[in-house]
Amino acid sequence: MISARASRRVLQSLLVLVGVSIVSFALIHLVPGDPARIALGPRASLTAVSEARHTLGLDKPLVTQYLNFVTGALQGNLGYSIQQRASVGSLVGNRILPSVLLVGFSTVLAVLLAVPLGLVSALKRDRLPDHVIRIVTMVTFAMPAFWLGLVLVELLSLRAHLLPVSGYGGSFAEKLKDLLLPSLTIALYLAPMLIRTLRSSVLDVLDSDFIEAARARGLSERRVVLKHVLRNASIATVTVLAVNLGFLISGTVVIEVVFDIPGLGSLIVTAVQSRDFPVVQSLTLIFGAFVIGVNLLADLAYAVIDPRVRQASTT
Amino acid sequence: MTPVARQELVLSGARALRRQVDRQNRWADLTLWTGAGILALLVLAAVLASVIAPDQPNTQHLTEGFLHPSTAHLFGTDAFGRDIFSRALYGLRVDLLLGIVATYVPLVIGMALGAIAGYYRGWRETVIMRITDVTIALPFIVLILAIVAIVGPGLTGVYIGEIAVSWALYARLTRAEMLVLREQQFIVAAEALGYSTPRIIFKHALPHLIRPNLVFSMADIVLNILVLASLSFLGVGVQPPTPELGAMIAEGGQYLLSAWWIATLPGLVLVVLGSGFSLVGDALADRFGRRLELPR
Repeated sequence: MISARASRRVLQSLLVLVGVSIVSFALIHLVPGDPARIALGPRASLTAVSEARHTLGLDKPLVTQYLNFVTGALQGNLGYSIQQRASVGSLVGNRILPSVLLVGFSTVLAVLLAVPLGLVSALKRDRLPDHVIRIVTMVTFAMPAFWLGLVLVELLSLRAHLLPVSGYGGSFAEKLKDLLLPSLTIALYLAPMLIRTLRSSVLDVLDSDFIEAARARGLSERRVVLKHVLRNASIATVTVLAVNLGFLISGTVVIEVVFDIPGLGSLIVTAVQSRDFPVVQSLTLIFGAFVIGVNLLADLAYAVIDPRVRQASTT
Repeated sequence: MTPVARQELVLSGARALRRQVDRQNRWADLTLWTGAGILALLVLAAVLASVIAPDQPNTQHLTEGFLHPSTAHLFGTDAFGRDIFSRALYGLRVDLLLGIVATYVPLVIGMALGAIAGYYRGWRETVIMRITDVTIALPFIVLILAIVAIVGPGLTGVYIGEIAVSWALYARLTRAEMLVLREQQFIVAAEALGYSTPRIIFKHALPHLIRPNLVFSMADIVLNILVLASLSFLGVGVQPPTPELGAMIAEGGQYLLSAWWIATLPGLVLVVLGSGFSLVGDALADRFGRRLELPR
């Protein structure tokens, strides 16, 4: 049944989420020395340090601290950043939209790039177009995302004056325009992964019996590809995207810094630089929860789109 | 259909298949040797950095800043008049060493854990695989950043972070392979002969598990080197003035318009290095009939 499979997946995801919450909670306790002292610097007075320990909740027993952390996170209360003198919740709230826009925009661009190229690569297997696509993806796979970003800025913004160098505009249209170059960078960074995986899943589809059967029925090659192969490949794209989501987010974190976008990625980088532990903790939890959630959704959607998955789980 | 015509049909099918296999093999050979050539050259350059480099990596010549690439300075000079080619050679050392250590130490750890999980099943599998799930659920750069926040910025933090994260994919890959392998006749036979379990896992099963891990490790090296470069770029990896390719790109980022070579050329070195590993990995994947992608 759908529900049995779905509830098992939900339970599994919840378990992983608990694990992620333990890891992000444990982070602050793994800091050698006193996190409050490190946060305030060596010249802070003893009373200020003990006050900070109290604000961070470090003076309570471990179990209480963990439960407070989890219940707080569930209520949207993510703790307090001593360095930035603000609640982590408000810091995150101000910066969530740019990151979401960036992730969404780059996913769309990456899919637009990867699906046709992956398809061509598989259909022309071991012929010139396939070789060219594979070489190009290998080289782009080896490119550091931030370097690619800088090179694109150099070529498209500084020399050709086509796009803004960096920043994040006021109106929605300006925001999209500012996000175009960063999104393109992330898409170029993500696309090789997608193309590779798509190529091999399309090759699997091409080898399968129902394609053989479709050809045997005398359908034109065009119809076989458009109706049978493409449909199955699009299901694969959903999974491929979900599997590579962590990769996508890793790219986003770095690219936000390169293009000066006030999102969650640049927030975690400044937090790590200044060793602002509550912010690092919360963002680890948020990113983890996001990846787990999207993977779960993709998995459930997969079962809805593809009846075979439902059937396979009943046997 | 006459017997001769039928025979001809079968033969032509076989010939077509043969041609396809030949095409694949030629391509795999070509990519393998191109990749291996690139890697050999770069490893040699990194090892012999002190011999090849025309200048010390950190010597400043303040009057010779921002020189264009030329025969005297192959990659030009940076803001402090340091020779970028020499710095790139020394930087290559740092990146290559990290790439190899942060890939193959986790490979050994992950393979051992994955093999144990897949062979014993039961509570060992549950514990190991749940920890693996949690590690993979977190975007790797976020987890490594968090670890660097704890340990403190610098190369040590990056090493600890990458090793703490990278093993998980090898564990997942190895467990999946082990689940299939443990049902095979020769493992069952070894069990029947009363061999000790460690002997079965490490002497009989592990040799069969190396191939897929090796193929994946080629992509993983590229990822690990890029993570080091990214962290240095973000200012929490290798600290100046130690030359490292990512840090060099970061330093050159502000001079893009006036001195494009400072950021661009070290980046190209990284791209060539990564392409070398990717080419070899792709050829190995073709050879072993494996895919070069993230294990699920």
